[in-house]
Amino acid sequence: MTEHVTIRPRNRLLAWIEERLPILSFTASHTTGYYAPKNFNVMYYFGSLALLVLVNQIVTGIFLTMFYTPTADGAFSSVEYIMRDVNWGWLIRYMHEVGASMFFVVVYLHMFRGLMYGSYKKPRELVWLLGMLIFLALMAEAFMGYVLPWGNMSFWGAKVIITLFSAVPVIGKDLVTWIMGDFIPSGATLNRFFALHVIALPLVLLLLVVLHLSALHEVGSNNPDGVEIKQKKGPDGHPLDGIPFHPYYTVKDLFGVGIFLILCAFIIFFEPTVGGWFLEHDNFIPANNLVTPAEIKPVWYFTPFYAILRVIPSKGLGVIALLCSIVVLFLVPWLDRGKVKSIRYRGTGYKVALAMFAIVFVLLGSIGAGKTTEWIPEIFGPNADLTFIENTFGRILTFLYFGYFLFLWAYTYFGWEKTKPVPERVTVVQH
Amino acid sequence: MANEVNHGRRRFLAGSTALIGGVGVVVTAIPFIESWLPSARAKSAAAPVTVDISKIEQGQMVRYGWRGLPVFIVNRTQEQLAGLPAQDSRLKDPKSENTDQQPKYCQNEYRSIKPEWLVVIGICTHLGCVPDYKGEVKPEPFDPNWKGGFYCPCHKSRYDMSARVYDGVPAPANLVVPPYHFVDDTHVQIGVDPNGASA
Repeated sequence: MTEHVTIRPRNRLLAWIEERLPILSFTASHTTGYYAPKNFNVMYYFGSLALLVLVNQIVTGIFLTMFYTPTADGAFSSVEYIMRDVNWGWLIRYMHEVGASMFFVVVYLHMFRGLMYGSYKKPRELVWLLGMLIFLALMAEAFMGYVLPWGNMSFWGAKVIITLFSAVPVIGKDLVTWIMGDFIPSGATLNRFFALHVIALPLVLLLLVVLHLSALHEVGSNNPDGVEIKQKKGPDGHPLDGIPFHPYYTVKDLFGVGIFLILCAFIIFFEPTVGGWFLEHDNFIPANNLVTPAEIKPVWYFTPFYAILRVIPSKGLGVIALLCSIVVLFLVPWLDRGKVKSIRYRGTGYKVALAMFAIVFVLLGSIGAGKTTEWIPEIFGPNADLTFIENTFGRILTFLYFGYFLFLWAYTYFGWEKTKPVPERVTVVQH
Repeated sequence: MANEVNHGRRRFLAGSTALIGGVGVVVTAIPFIESWLPSARAKSAAAPVTVDISKIEQGQMVRYGWRGLPVFIVNRTQEQLAGLPAQDSRLKDPKSENTDQQPKYCQNEYRSIKPEWLVVIGICTHLGCVPDYKGEVKPEPFDPNWKGGFYCPCHKSRYDMSARVYDGVPAPANLVVPPYHFVDDTHVQIGVDPNGASA
């Protein structure tokens, strides 16, 4: 939580500015005046890392727009031009491409942290909701960015995702034509996606990030013990278990940034496609509306949701299930009725369920990425009924995915959860 | 009297200003929303095409482009045609009752004007992929009793030799038959009905 700090600079110019625009006081209030719990662990790196990646995407993105051509004829070759002819173009593009995937890595871990320590619970419901809106905007941003190189997977990915809107009753078909601006994905589609990707959605993302942080600084950070630090204040008025964000957590986060950048640099310089996971092989072929890639699959970060769509044998229900799988995440603060925040003091049922949920999410991803199509013939032999096994497996996983939320509600609503006593103060290991 | 505030009047003025302003915003949004509809250039690119089918052999499929869409033309064999009636019980819409999927003159067992010539848009009705033509009547990994048809590699939807969708696959409807007619025995015009009306 933020404590207001007033800065009165001795320098007359700075004092003149500060009296008219208290920018130093504002900055101080949100850094040295922001008291965060002293027991943050490794799971608390990902918020600041997400901010770092956002800055990376904006800076590298601005430079990519200087060389990219947003037309159906020019897009693919302009990406090749960036890769081959523009000085350091390959580096800038790989930083942007690896950054996109790393964005989802840190955001998924950040969200998982929220589930682990109950960071979505009162009074932080809005922090969670704003975070979910960021996730939604990020998915739209990533999808449209993926279309821009205009490779064959860009084209067919765009086609599949836009066609999802045809499941809307009555206006579905017209809606699809309206989004594409043509009867198939074309230059018109590419051009509008470019505009949304480089201007509209980044503005929305930035606004949401400001709101997410403002809401966080109003209620204060949660911590691995799920204890509200502002309930125990010292004689100086500061929380006994709080330490100023600056310099303590700026230093801690800088250490995380160092490790993270080493990892990213390794990927960028040695394995920028990550074996087809970050950049798919079919996207090195120009878009062709008459030839579908052998298997259309999204980039890894969409695969769990895509699997839910794929294993349901009805277009309408598949789209509804896909939508629900994301909407249900928004509702978590109200589904979970438990008073205990942190997994450290929650019932065994919750620990098992959350672990299951994480495993189910990864396994759904393996279906969505087409991995089960390779595994099933190896496990069950070449004559196995691939579709049947894959669909059955996927439907069980889909059931478990939604089952987690249902369980979470029932477990806490009917009081089945046996929690441990929550300590008065945060726990720290003495060194 | 002069110093008293008339709250009712204030509310009315604020409300009516907001209402008129809101209408203005909505009306101003229309050009921006409609700018996303297909442009005149995109519409004019959607003209009919005439194709020569004389070189298509028995059992062979050839794909043509129309409005940027792949159009499949198959010269079906007697064996392929003979397998059709037996499929009815395994199909979602065996009688082609979903009238969005074909013109009236193709609402029959063969979903075509002439039984041997199948003309369909090769876009899976699930999520718009291009299905593969699997014309041979032989057991396939995805169906041991395969009587020929189309198989979508994306999500494994299957269609029979009349492009009718099988039950138990994600695709909701039969493949679309475009408007077409025979100009003569060896030429088909896609995009124009037999009575001359263009789509």
